[in-house]
Amino acid sequence: MLIKRNPNGIDIPFSSEITPSHVFESRRIFIKQLAIGSIAGGALAEMLAREAFAQSNGAKKLAAKSNPSYVVMDKQTAYKDATTYNNFYEFGTDKSDPAQYAGSLKSTPWTIAIEGEVKKPLTLDLDALMKLAPLEERIYRLRCVEGWSMVIPWIGYSLSNLIRKAEPTGNAKYIEFISLADEKQMHGVRSPVLDWPYTEGLRLDEANHPLTLLTMGMYGEVLPNQNGAPVRIVVPWKYGFKSAKSIVRIRFTKDQPATAWNKAAPQEYGFYSNVNPGVDHPRWSQASERRIGEDSFFTKKRKTLMFNGYSEVAPLYAGMDLKKFY
Amino acid sequence: MFNPTAKRIALIKSVLFIAALLPFARLVLFAFTDRLGANPIEFITRNTGDWTLYFLCFTLAVTPLRRLLGWNWLIKLRRMLGLFAFFYASLHFTTFLWFDHFFDLDEMIKDVIKRPFITVGFIAFLLLIPLAATSTNGMVRRLGGKRWQWLHRTIYLIAPLGILHFWWMKAGKHDFAQPILFGTIVALLLLLRVYWRFAQKRTVSPTPP
Repeated sequence: MLIKRNPNGIDIPFSSEITPSHVFESRRIFIKQLAIGSIAGGALAEMLAREAFAQSNGAKKLAAKSNPSYVVMDKQTAYKDATTYNNFYEFGTDKSDPAQYAGSLKSTPWTIAIEGEVKKPLTLDLDALMKLAPLEERIYRLRCVEGWSMVIPWIGYSLSNLIRKAEPTGNAKYIEFISLADEKQMHGVRSPVLDWPYTEGLRLDEANHPLTLLTMGMYGEVLPNQNGAPVRIVVPWKYGFKSAKSIVRIRFTKDQPATAWNKAAPQEYGFYSNVNPGVDHPRWSQASERRIGEDSFFTKKRKTLMFNGYSEVAPLYAGMDLKKFY
Repeated sequence: MFNPTAKRIALIKSVLFIAALLPFARLVLFAFTDRLGANPIEFITRNTGDWTLYFLCFTLAVTPLRRLLGWNWLIKLRRMLGLFAFFYASLHFTTFLWFDHFFDLDEMIKDVIKRPFITVGFIAFLLLIPLAATSTNGMVRRLGGKRWQWLHRTIYLIAPLGILHFWWMKAGKHDFAQPILFGTIVALLLLLRVYWRFAQKRTVSPTPP
């Protein structure tokens, strides 16, 4: 298939080109019938059954309207992969730990405090947060600093909606996200791998960019604990660790906030951490990536795109040396 | 004291051989039953790296155990343990070369030169090759016991290089629990040798008061 690109670099198909859901649903049924009927189909049928299972884990559904301006055409990562292969050090350093241990996180009730350089400091509960703006589904690429990537349908709305509501003062230049660090719920916090709580930050103009998504769900459901329930940030043009999970406080600041990974290893993880194939991590190249669940043993890794393909953010960094501000 | 007969030792060796292949068999099984997780290549790389370190530790443990337990027959297992360290190191390296670089030698060489943790791991692997190549009885004879022993002392360098490789790999993620564990074990195994050597020297030629 030829994928068209508009000058902004977003893949927006004409609505006439999008396969209507009833058509592909019926194709799936056809494939299933075919699979069940054939000898070699046993494996295929099993695969489909597994997919069906993976898509419904019994989590609460979250209704959202797809926003076609933010839909990449890449194949979506399987729900199972996206929810069992996570970096969430509050639940352990192994990527299988979060799925195994995040059950102890109590994601309701939850409040999120908006404070610092704002005219209207406020504390919102989940219900208020969900109603602040219409929920949208957006399919974003996610590129981890470790060299792998996924494609995930998130549910949320642009963070700018919340920022507008809080009314930042003229002093506000940055925004800091502070994650929960409760050792009763998160056993990983007892280990000193990072300076808890996990903090992340953005420049205010980055935070206000429409791509920056305040996220409450994925795959049509509320966020699973291991993916940062109940509320996280998703900044698709930056390495995954910039997208803080399980956020309890958002602070507006005058100065650049200290961020968890930057404090831990400043030479490896910069404040900006934009996806950039031209700037290597000291221990590996960032020029290519492995797409989880798709690139098999026998495929070469795919090229990593500048800003993870979201070239519309480039003006935010006009005149900046991104090798220096990595 | 446990002192098995030649027949028993042959049996122990066969059991050990099969046991040492189990981690590899597990990888193959997982690969064919889709149980390697979301990132199979990472899984294989880490798993084969871990097993290389385990077998390096087992190999280095033979001499101290012989001395501490008086189990001299353990020496008969050492070659196999060392060769399995080499086997898993080769799988580890092949994964890196094949899956990570897709046999792109240019890219691989760049990586080896540019990244200290890979440089160190690569050197350790290169140093293992002559040891594996001279592991046969024929080669021991051809080299002569003394020279052979000297060559095989390279393992005292290889094991710490392996630990350093692992340490640096984990350093950026601040996840030192495992490198510390491996490092302590290897340090202990090597320090025991230093201690024994020192103690032996003292008993052989006591310094005058």
